[in-house]
Amino acid sequence: MVDDKKILEVKNLKKYFNINSGVFFGKSIGSVKAVDDISFFIKKGETFGLVGESGCGKSTVARLLIRLLRPTSGEVFYNDINIFKIKQSQMFKLRREMQIIFQDPYASLSPRMTIGDIVGEPLEIHRILDKKSRINKIKETLKIVGLNPEHINRYPHEFSGGQRQRVGIARALILEPKFVICDEPVSALDVSVQAQILNLMLDLQKEFNLTYLFIAHDLSVVKYVSNRIAVMYLGKIVEVAPSEELYSKPLHPYTMGLLSAIPIPDPRLERKRQRIILSGDVPSPINPPTGCRFHPRCPNAQEICSKQEPELKNYSKDNQVHLAACFFAGQPIK
Amino acid sequence: MNENLDDKILEVKNLKTYFYTDNGVVKAVDGVSFDLKKGETLGIVGETGSGKSITALTILGLITIPPGKIESGEIIFEGKDLLKVKINNLRHFRGNRISMIFQDPMTSLNPVFTIGNQLIEAILAHQKISKEEAYKKAIELLEMVGISDTKRRMKNYPHEFSGGMKQRAMIAMAIANSPSILIADEPTTALDVTIQAQILELIDDLKSKTNSSVILITHDLGVIAKYAERVMVMYAGKPVEFASINEIFYNTLHPYTLGLLGSVSKLNEQKKERLKPIKGTPPSLIDLPIGCTFAPRCEFALKVCKQSFPPVTEEVPGHFVACYRAKEFLNKSLSRE
Repeated sequence: MVDDKKILEVKNLKKYFNINSGVFFGKSIGSVKAVDDISFFIKKGETFGLVGESGCGKSTVARLLIRLLRPTSGEVFYNDINIFKIKQSQMFKLRREMQIIFQDPYASLSPRMTIGDIVGEPLEIHRILDKKSRINKIKETLKIVGLNPEHINRYPHEFSGGQRQRVGIARALILEPKFVICDEPVSALDVSVQAQILNLMLDLQKEFNLTYLFIAHDLSVVKYVSNRIAVMYLGKIVEVAPSEELYSKPLHPYTMGLLSAIPIPDPRLERKRQRIILSGDVPSPINPPTGCRFHPRCPNAQEICSKQEPELKNYSKDNQVHLAACFFAGQPIK
Repeated sequence: MNENLDDKILEVKNLKTYFYTDNGVVKAVDGVSFDLKKGETLGIVGETGSGKSITALTILGLITIPPGKIESGEIIFEGKDLLKVKINNLRHFRGNRISMIFQDPMTSLNPVFTIGNQLIEAILAHQKISKEEAYKKAIELLEMVGISDTKRRMKNYPHEFSGGMKQRAMIAMAIANSPSILIADEPTTALDVTIQAQILELIDDLKSKTNSSVILITHDLGVIAKYAERVMVMYAGKPVEFASINEIFYNTLHPYTLGLLGSVSKLNEQKKERLKPIKGTPPSLIDLPIGCTFAPRCEFALKVCKQSFPPVTEEVPGHFVACYRAKEFLNKSLSRE
């Protein structure tokens, strides 16, 4: 149930990390432009996918959205509230509605706490329910994510990777949030378990009318879960489109390269497919290339690309929104 | 099958590698048999703990004994059983005739030596040539794997290389002695998507240039679909299905392979079909279920499946499968809903 109301809106968000030299009296010698002027919105009830390779700034975006980091500049509106302008105590209340599921189910659960304590901790922090009803709530939540409620006193090491990720999901869901950030929730899991977790997340979304921001590097997984997808490259959003359209009509050469790099598990089709292999590595975000940041790797690059930075523009002919930041958007790759 | 026996470059027969730990015996590889033909790419697919890496390490004689022990089996390469070759002579094969590209390029290179140093070492270990010649050869190798500015790069330390370049350097080392078999164990898992494509293309390219065979170990069915000619699917230490690429994908006969195929979302799918995952999780290798190891997770399991492990049968020429109900999958009377 996607409705038109924006649950989250990001405007010109920037996050630069300073690099200091020297151990004690370090002076700033530059900055990593992890997130550099990005804007997007997420509608209520939808899944918004954010894809990009390592170092493109997608996890920094996640941390900014729940104010685990302060931005260099820019605004984030959650239900029309600017989260960087409110007091800590108000943010604390808001966090009940915004939860995050982390990538590594091995590192994100404390090995010294029982499953019950881990899942119940948010209730304790937010002082919700008394002790007895908390236990009932924990058991209920464990059941929802497909775990045996009787395992409430077990420790994380007794569980497999997939089960641990279910614990992580239970912890995020126990406060009945409205907006959940999923930061690479399945990339540490085996294929058969990945599918279980993805299905669980889709079921939970329907049941509790959740809005997801789904961050991943695997475009086939993102396409499977998302309504709309944004592609990031070196701290910038280069393309935003409905997921089906992003696959069928990619406009940005980076998106084309990314799509083409993913082999499809269908040998007849895969062997016929024309592949675009992007050359080179992702450059360092400390000194990103001038102009369009993708131009050193872009097979379509012209002179203008190294001089001027392309803006995100809408290229959709029908009523949809399909944004791309490229001077030669939609041009096939030679 | 009227196969030319000379075509086989490697033959593994009933290989069993166990580990004796305090908690019990881990049957990491439990009866693996396969053959590798000249010039082909053989894919080995399976999830964590299915025994695919241990199979590769056993071929190279890299299992630590104890706790590891090779219980039985034969690894026939160039007419010799590698399991019977003395440790000192094994060096003649390892890294020379058979070499390996490891999963994690970040930890597989020695951080205190330059790339050039490590490359030259790999060359001199097997070839009787002078240092100058080895240096020249190393530069040629780096060029071959697509690293530019080679003279400067030779002097670099691993930390000065990006992930993709480290993997290229690893590949250069692996092909330094023109091996006839290249084992690539998840060569791209640690890399970004676009770099992954570059590395896989490179391996494929080098394979045809040097006319070697490749064993490609991966969990990514897309990679298999693109590069492999035949595939062995492993589950809990045992091969469950072994066939040509088209047979595996379009005439699947084992429920585990079906489950794997149902678990991946396809990028090209127009309609959003719900994924059909396999229920449950892989078993512990210490405490394997009696009968077929996949039976507890199998939606088609019969009584017999829980009593004994099904024999491997050849249902279609060249298509081997270990399942009591393979015939039903073959005549399409059985399929996942």
